Amino acid sequence: MSDNILVMKEITKLYPGVKALNNVNLNVERGEIHALVGENGAGKSTLMNVLSGTIPHGEYEGTILYNDKECTFKNVRESEKLGIVIIHQELALIPELSISENMFLGNERKGKFGIDWDETYSQADKHLKRVGLKDSPLTMIKDIGTGKQQLVEIAKALSKNVKLLILDEPTSSLNEADSRMLLDMLLEFKKQGMTSIIISHKLSEVAYVADKITVLRDGSTIETIDNSDHNIDEDRIIRGMVGRELTDRYPVREHNVSPEVVMEVTDWKVFHPVYTEKCVVNNVSFNVHKGEIVGFSGLQGAGRTELARSVFGKSYGTSISGSLKLFGKEVTIRNEREAIEAGIAYVTEDRKDNGLILSDTIARNTTMARLEKVCGRGIIDVDKENVVAEEYKGKLRTKTPSIHQNVGNLSGGNQQKVLLSKWMFADPQVLILDEPTRGIDVGAKYEIYCIMNDLVFQGKAVVMISSELPELLGMCDRIYVMNEGNMVTEMSGAEATQEKIMGAILRSDKKENITDNRGE
Amino acid sequence: MENTQKLLKKYTMTIALVVVFIMFAFFTNGKIFLAQNISNLLLQNAYVLVMACGMLLCILTGGNVDLSVGSTLCLVGAVAAQFMSAGLNPIVTIVLCLGISLLIGIWQGFWIGYVHIPPFICTLAGMFLFRGLGRVILSSKTVNISDKTFLGIFTSYITVPGLDDGGMKWSALIVGVAVAVFLIGYTAFSRVKKAQKGYTMASPFVAFGKIIAISALVIVYAWKLTNYKGIPVMLLWIMLVVLLYAFITSKTAFGRYFYAVGGNEKATKLSGIDTKKVYFVAYCSMSILAGFSGLLVAARIGSVNGDMGMSYEMDAIGSCFIGGASAYGGSGTIPGIVIGALLLGVINQGMSICGLDNNWQYVIKGAVLLLAVIFDVVSNHKTGKA
Repeated sequence: MSDNILVMKEITKLYPGVKALNNVNLNVERGEIHALVGENGAGKSTLMNVLSGTIPHGEYEGTILYNDKECTFKNVRESEKLGIVIIHQELALIPELSISENMFLGNERKGKFGIDWDETYSQADKHLKRVGLKDSPLTMIKDIGTGKQQLVEIAKALSKNVKLLILDEPTSSLNEADSRMLLDMLLEFKKQGMTSIIISHKLSEVAYVADKITVLRDGSTIETIDNSDHNIDEDRIIRGMVGRELTDRYPVREHNVSPEVVMEVTDWKVFHPVYTEKCVVNNVSFNVHKGEIVGFSGLQGAGRTELARSVFGKSYGTSISGSLKLFGKEVTIRNEREAIEAGIAYVTEDRKDNGLILSDTIARNTTMARLEKVCGRGIIDVDKENVVAEEYKGKLRTKTPSIHQNVGNLSGGNQQKVLLSKWMFADPQVLILDEPTRGIDVGAKYEIYCIMNDLVFQGKAVVMISSELPELLGMCDRIYVMNEGNMVTEMSGAEATQEKIMGAILRSDKKENITDNRGE
Repeated sequence: MENTQKLLKKYTMTIALVVVFIMFAFFTNGKIFLAQNISNLLLQNAYVLVMACGMLLCILTGGNVDLSVGSTLCLVGAVAAQFMSAGLNPIVTIVLCLGISLLIGIWQGFWIGYVHIPPFICTLAGMFLFRGLGRVILSSKTVNISDKTFLGIFTSYITVPGLDDGGMKWSALIVGVAVAVFLIGYTAFSRVKKAQKGYTMASPFVAFGKIIAISALVIVYAWKLTNYKGIPVMLLWIMLVVLLYAFITSKTAFGRYFYAVGGNEKATKLSGIDTKKVYFVAYCSMSILAGFSGLLVAARIGSVNGDMGMSYEMDAIGSCFIGGASAYGGSGTIPGIVIGALLLGVINQGMSICGLDNNWQYVIKGAVLLLAVIFDVVSNHKTGKA
């Protein structure tokens, strides 16, 4: 009889239009390291949010047993009281405060008068030693690297008397050496009796550290694989992750790629805008033909968005170098305006933050990227603008009572259609679509695919960045695979499979490991 | 029912203006309706109306304000007074003063737009800087303006020989009627054109109701001017600025960019719009209008001292927010802020005629401003916008 610290039974979580979790079961034994793997959107983070109370009891179905007691967490504080601590992928530290202040934020060591700083520092010191950090607790968070920040997060968890530690992609922003150190620390904690759940895309790490691996796919538990001898075949995990049947969720299209190259990018190199020594896109080359849909696959942080945005008028990054050719002619594009005029459009992955003005009408959003097309000598012809907006509303079948409706009142799918209208109205030759179907329901997805097919039929070139492999396989003529800022491989849509793509990404991870090890 | 509610919400401030006006008519035994008071209402608030137009552009970019306008107004007024007392030609003086305003605008616009200095801090610095410079130029004295041409350009009344010789200035009424006829005619004409092209348009009841109400007001106002001294030239200056800014904000592509930046700056930048230039132009235009107001105020008072324009920035900012500009940027219209400025003006004038203590006037103005913004925030929240 196994001793389970945590049992999650038949957890179901519905979002409007989407079943994020569907009868998920998870059993975690005391003192083990349990890995959760799955594609983006498989439901890993949602499941952990249910566990930690970020999604409060009552908004999901199913039961959670922790130490054999049923839990009904209403917020994170209640789960933390029982020793369940989650460390999110995006670190929740405040750069302008010191390590110790961050560690006890919201949990301050109080003396008679305000904060007891002596107690704070000695406690902080104790926990920092456990994670192997030698920095003073007075150091500002902004002065230490991401690797150390991750350790501070763990020390913070320790200070909360953690029994069950949940790490969401803990190594995604760490380099190889720091990752290895962190994983070894988890193994050390395991010896001391702590239980951990780790979410990771990096299967090599999962194989190295986990005792059991639970695979999630499309919001359901697929299987739990035993890895007590730490010697699992990665392909075995991949099969579980992607093994789904493709039904015709994609409209058929005649593949009619012209030999003419519309856009060609060679040796493109981009550095991070803030950490200027960090290379986010490293010597990447690619091209798009007329009438072609080219896909970009990769995990989060592979550098695809950064590549696209730097090509689109250098709207991201610094020290951008490389050559950009449009229709065989070398061009220099210094800003977004010049990119639009040169015939490039970038449809952002983040429509609310970077794409649309939610407080403005559909009509005004539609014409925004190319307002001069409805202008005569700088004066807007509002009637013409309305005609244009009506036209695109009809073409894309945007569901709205009126084009004078504020975009913020529309559903995600319809907002995405307005965003597409905006960039189709800009009349580009190359359309870069960054996660065009993120967060929209299946029906709207199908319609967006149809629009893409229409565009290539008209002879446009489409670049599609997506984290959903089936979508890339269903839509693309050619697929580029990126990882950690590098171009890994290129394959035709016909030969590509989910296993091949995933395998290519993971092998490139490994290659780096080998070179890293040699370097040491 | 729902339509009435929408209409009420859209015209809340207009209704408030009418109610306040009637209220003061009651309190002042109708004195506020006297021709002189009606005429003065606009003249006394000329600087508020003019500066509120510029302030709207700043506020549109994201609730940013310009605190330096009162000081800029003083500095430019001081320069004008000193130039003319040194014997410089008034026309040259006006041109030079507008040039100086432009330089001040470039100074502020550069720091805010291109160096990303927070507007609040940059204009706070400007508030001290320009106030100090103004006082230095005046050597802490009051300088009188006696140049007849200069005063005439801003403060005279239009009189047509033969027509306006008697007590009644008929030219004012003729212009008023002409404007009213033009407004109604233009509305009808553009509706016919729209109908021909098959465009959608507002219901005739609303469209004509609105334009007839406005025309009636124009004629009543013109009648009051007829009974006083005729059309003041300052009214023309105000109309020029208000119409120009109404045109820019509602009809031009560049005007649209102010709304876009305030609505979502990142999306605006990714749409290929030069957001730095938008900030630059907003603060540049604001300073020019502040300088222009300096000339208007200097001419109206007839002298300039170091305290001129003190806290005028608050009147301009207050008008914008009372007139429905969003404190978060992205929404607000010129007609709206004109209503806001008039509401403030009527309250000011009404309270003065009533003989209310100056200190209490401040209390009431503060309460009105807060109420207006609370109304804006709460009503937007209900519709799920903010």
